[in-house]
Amino acid sequence: MEVKGTAMAGTLESSDAQVTVEPGTGIELSIESSVINQYGKKIRATVLETLERLEVKDAKVTVVDKGALDCTLKARVEGAVFRASGYSEDVICAGKKLPWGGAIQ
Amino acid sequence: MINAVGRDIPEKVLQDTGMQVFQGAYARHNQTYKKAAPTVRGIVDPKESKMVDSIAEVLKKCGIKDGMTISFHHHFREGDYVVNMVMEEIHKMGIKDITICASSLGKAHNPIVPMIEDGTIVGIQSSGVRGKIGEAISTGKLKGYAIMRSHGGRVRAIEEGDVHIDIAFIGAPTCDCYGNMRAVGGKSDCGVLSYAVADAMYADKVVAITDTLVPYPNLPASISQVYVDYVVKVDEIGNPAKIATGAAKPTTDVRKIMMAEYCTQFVINTPYFKDGFTYQTGVGGASIASTISLGKIMKERGIKMGLGLGGIAGPMCKLLEEGLIEKLVDTQDFDLTAIESVAKNPNHYEITASEYANPMNKGAYVNQLDFVILASLEVDVNFNCNVVVDSNGMITGAQGGHPDTAAGAKCTIVIAPLLQGRTPAICTNVTTVTTPGETVDVVITDYGIAINPRRQDLIEAMKDVKLPFKTIEELRDIAYSIVGEPDPVEFGDRVVGIIEGRDGTIMDVVREIKPYEFD
Repeated sequence: MEVKGTAMAGTLESSDAQVTVEPGTGIELSIESSVINQYGKKIRATVLETLERLEVKDAKVTVVDKGALDCTLKARVEGAVFRASGYSEDVICAGKKLPWGGAIQ
Repeated sequence: MINAVGRDIPEKVLQDTGMQVFQGAYARHNQTYKKAAPTVRGIVDPKESKMVDSIAEVLKKCGIKDGMTISFHHHFREGDYVVNMVMEEIHKMGIKDITICASSLGKAHNPIVPMIEDGTIVGIQSSGVRGKIGEAISTGKLKGYAIMRSHGGRVRAIEEGDVHIDIAFIGAPTCDCYGNMRAVGGKSDCGVLSYAVADAMYADKVVAITDTLVPYPNLPASISQVYVDYVVKVDEIGNPAKIATGAAKPTTDVRKIMMAEYCTQFVINTPYFKDGFTYQTGVGGASIASTISLGKIMKERGIKMGLGLGGIAGPMCKLLEEGLIEKLVDTQDFDLTAIESVAKNPNHYEITASEYANPMNKGAYVNQLDFVILASLEVDVNFNCNVVVDSNGMITGAQGGHPDTAAGAKCTIVIAPLLQGRTPAICTNVTTVTTPGETVDVVITDYGIAINPRRQDLIEAMKDVKLPFKTIEELRDIAYSIVGEPDPVEFGDRVVGIIEGRDGTIMDVVREIKPYEFD
């Protein structure tokens, strides 16, 4: 998936994460987390896995995590990537259907 | 050296402090010791006035100098002005190497952090610290070790002479010209002065600081004139809005209400729940909800509580007024209802911190507890609790009476939601041990209840009770299945804090925090 613009998903509420995706070269990932000491590695692995699943090769990704569970993190990364790639909240956007159950898990 | 809760205490810390490692919650039973004593200046001449115009002047009269230990109490909680007021003057005078021995320190004392950085303050001994002082200690800015003591442990340390206080500064809501202090009747009422009594009795110099000077004699006094060298009147000793808040609204959080209900059901099914039982609880949402639901059952069954102990909040006062509690015995007031109650209700008594929880006197009130209901940041599979250091390794809480009441009570119940955000409360190893698992009997979470296997009698008492009993390992596994197994926090090598057991031994150490790095 190609990141065409800047987009964000998620909030800074407790147990959520705010993920920002911008165009970049390769994957540049920065993570800030309230639970970084105990879950930093797991957060990074989850974000990288999700990007790989979405076939994002080039993007600058910023995660501000407030103790989100893995499922929340995945959803926020997916949301930000699809928005940055030109999809909107609508099921069909620019003639393309969001891949629910496919790339979006 | 490995101690009785399995923590490795570095030799260097043992050498630096001369302390022993923790050997068990009751290891010092029957030991004898000689009490420490202050150096007293007799006030024989009746013409001598104790009134002094300013903090600066009283510091000079007390002979403040480099390296002294000074003390404070925390009855004004987050509304305290006294610590900052005194430290600011000491700082202006250019005094260095001060050790603060406080009953506790909070966010209100953030302004002393620059004094830690510039060497004015080199030692901190407290029940705990929050806010920026905690950050300063955890990032290695304090020159000496921070020592965290329980409320009972602090009195013990003073009475055994582990710490000698040169000057005690005691904020008093009301005081007369000869030093009789009370905690009610002024504009910054805090209800009781329990934590400050040991300071008054064992410090060489004792200074009363008040904003409400009242006619002599100010009786009944929490702290008597016979211990007081000087009295200073200032404009304000605290912010009443932050000293005591209105009664907290009962929680509407269904998770807390459920845990409270589990707690009440557990309590009433133990053999200790009978007329005249003794009880202490906290001020968290679940604790307060359980006090309310327990009250209903006491009323239905005609069972009265003989003694309600501890830090007191509104719901316990309400049970006292309804005649469901015979006597409330108080060391700290958490809200306006409690302050009013201790001032007016003859069955609501003020006691000293030594009477409350000192393990080395001839028997503290905590020893007579049937139940204590506590909270905890973390509980591990050995039932060890951590209430001082957060899961990121930062010092952020206080021991309070946690280890004292746990050691004293016949049935120690810890209520903790299984998860706080992503952080599991039930884990394999707590970050830092503050309360040893041998003194913790039951852990109640929203996912189930675990009874310590050491308490086969309680397991037996509950065998027909319909509550979701699980092993502590099962609770941990549920937590990890949801949030993943946490990596152990990586610390630096330097020890910055000592968690002192209530008997004066080393329970655990806190190391310098290390900035997180992805490898």
